Amino acid sequence: MPSDLVHLYMRIDHLPQIWCPGCGNGVIMHDVAVAIDELIHDEENSINREDIVIVSGIGCSSRAAGYLDFNSIHTTHGRAIAFASGIKMANPKLHVIVLTGDGDCSAIGGNHLIHAARRNLGLTVICFNNDIYGMTGGQYSPTTPNGDRATTAPYGNVDRPFDIANLATGAGASFSARGDVYHARETIDIIKQAIRHKGFSLVDVYSICPTYYGRKNKKGDAVEMLNWQKENLIPTARYYSMSEEDRVGKKIIGILSFNDYPEYTEEYAKIIASCRKARKK
Amino acid sequence: MAKTVLMQGNEAAVEGALAAGMRFFAGYPITPSTEIAEACALRLPQEGGKFIQMEDELASIAAVLGASAAGMKAMTATSGPGFSLMQENIGYGAMAEIPCVIIDVQRAGPSTGLPTSPSQGDYMQAKWGTHGDHPVIALSPATVLECYTLIVRAFNLAEKYRTPVIFLMDEIVGHMREGIELPDPNRLIINHRKMSFHDGANKQCYYVPEGKYVPAMKPFGQGERYNITGLAHDESGFPVNSSEIAGKLITRLLDKVEKNVDDITRVEEYAMDDAETAVVCFGGTTRAVMDAVLAARADGKKVGMFRPITVWPFPEKQLLARLPQLKRILMVEHNHGQMLLEVQRTVGGTLPVDFLGRVDGTVISPSDILAKLNETEGQSHAE
Repeated sequence: MPSDLVHLYMRIDHLPQIWCPGCGNGVIMHDVAVAIDELIHDEENSINREDIVIVSGIGCSSRAAGYLDFNSIHTTHGRAIAFASGIKMANPKLHVIVLTGDGDCSAIGGNHLIHAARRNLGLTVICFNNDIYGMTGGQYSPTTPNGDRATTAPYGNVDRPFDIANLATGAGASFSARGDVYHARETIDIIKQAIRHKGFSLVDVYSICPTYYGRKNKKGDAVEMLNWQKENLIPTARYYSMSEEDRVGKKIIGILSFNDYPEYTEEYAKIIASCRKARKK
Repeated sequence: MAKTVLMQGNEAAVEGALAAGMRFFAGYPITPSTEIAEACALRLPQEGGKFIQMEDELASIAAVLGASAAGMKAMTATSGPGFSLMQENIGYGAMAEIPCVIIDVQRAGPSTGLPTSPSQGDYMQAKWGTHGDHPVIALSPATVLECYTLIVRAFNLAEKYRTPVIFLMDEIVGHMREGIELPDPNRLIINHRKMSFHDGANKQCYYVPEGKYVPAMKPFGQGERYNITGLAHDESGFPVNSSEIAGKLITRLLDKVEKNVDDITRVEEYAMDDAETAVVCFGGTTRAVMDAVLAARADGKKVGMFRPITVWPFPEKQLLARLPQLKRILMVEHNHGQMLLEVQRTVGGTLPVDFLGRVDGTVISPSDILAKLNETEGQSHAE
């Protein structure tokens, strides 16, 4: 029996989803739905369901837009953030949430990612980061670790990987965070804060792909991959209480950068107001 | 009497677009279209609209489609290299039925080519640039005033048929300055997309009633939750793998233009009543052709001008109607022979079709055209 959450926020007619057994994407989609549900039911400052627009590109992650029962637009490969920029500019009251993947947002769409971050345009980008191109069958992506195997890296990956959250920070994102599949509750809270954040926000959520990345790299099944996340991805508070020595090989889960830079559409609204004032004179 | 203003074609296109209700522009600087972005940056906020300079042309067309999905009349402007980059999402706009206007101020190509020189080398690209079978409407203005009036029509057709419309300018028209009297914006006919899904009982977002071709389109954020995709989809807007539904969808998309060709195509005919030779041209070559026609007429030759204003779909019906009186056609265009192929296809070998073109980035002069008209038919064919 589907849960209430599924009935409320999923398009039941279009389920079951296409993801492989053990894929982490369903958990991230769940986290997004829970985060939105909690914001809609926030008694002090609720958001309106009709104001949410889900924008996705192409790839495994991007199918999530079709399953979530909101305004949704499944765009072209790499361009989700650019489509989302036009939607947000046209109607700044909308909560525009981009669901994308590591290839979609940091390879073919990398230019849009860094420039949306730089402008501080009020979008929320959730990257389903599984270190691989899953939809096309397991080619290396910009986040595939150096030396790992993929169908296009049969001798090991020569590339060095992006850290997408740090990339966004470097590009000027006013909110950049990292989540993962194992730490669902922490990730839901991060996504909620990202949606609430007025400027550009990015959450790089580490997914798991046992079928392509896991199998090629002998990472075990989904449970083993989740256990790896449990041991090696550490929520902020605990991370900072650890010794330097213990932190080696671990990655932090939480908000990595936060600023209150002016938001783009608000700044543009000021230009419109001043132009109109000048005209009336 | 209306005030006469000195204006460039690029600027007139912006003023016309504003009059048509365009309130969102996303673009990237590129010669010879840049003045359009500059004028939009200046003028849009004055009208309550929005301008954004994107990181590239891929982003520009995507932002335009996004803004249109959220309810704004939106456009972008570019030239050849940028037009090439936009092609994938022009197809997305056709498939997802998102209205918008894309201005291509053509320059000499291929590749970086001659950025400041005139050309009409993107004519075929306007039709065939994006992959797959898709509907295309492209309009081409010949004067500064027409940059204004015709772009209003471009927006009207985009809204009416829910499809991207290509506004195919060229360097000559874009950078030409002339004194024009702008029409009273209150007297223009302005179309808007049909926004309600409530056409009887069926409220599916891509539902089209029997005998109609275009679904209604409600902006995101106005109380209807629906899905837009570039995948083949059914009336509910969701992807399907059914060849029957996909075939029906693509046929309807093509029919939007093919079944409404009389509504969409417009031509200008000049001195054609008794003409035995028609000079076919469009956009920036028009002035030189008119000059040549006048000179030929002064010399007693029965020459007229036939100018497609709607360049896609090619106005074959209008040209066919002229064939019985014609002995010869001369196609004049700034390329290696692109609209020529459409003229030849329409004429079907019943008349000699001569060609005058240029690919060196210089303009075709009236004397070039006169010289070509004075050649005997046999000579020009042997070329």
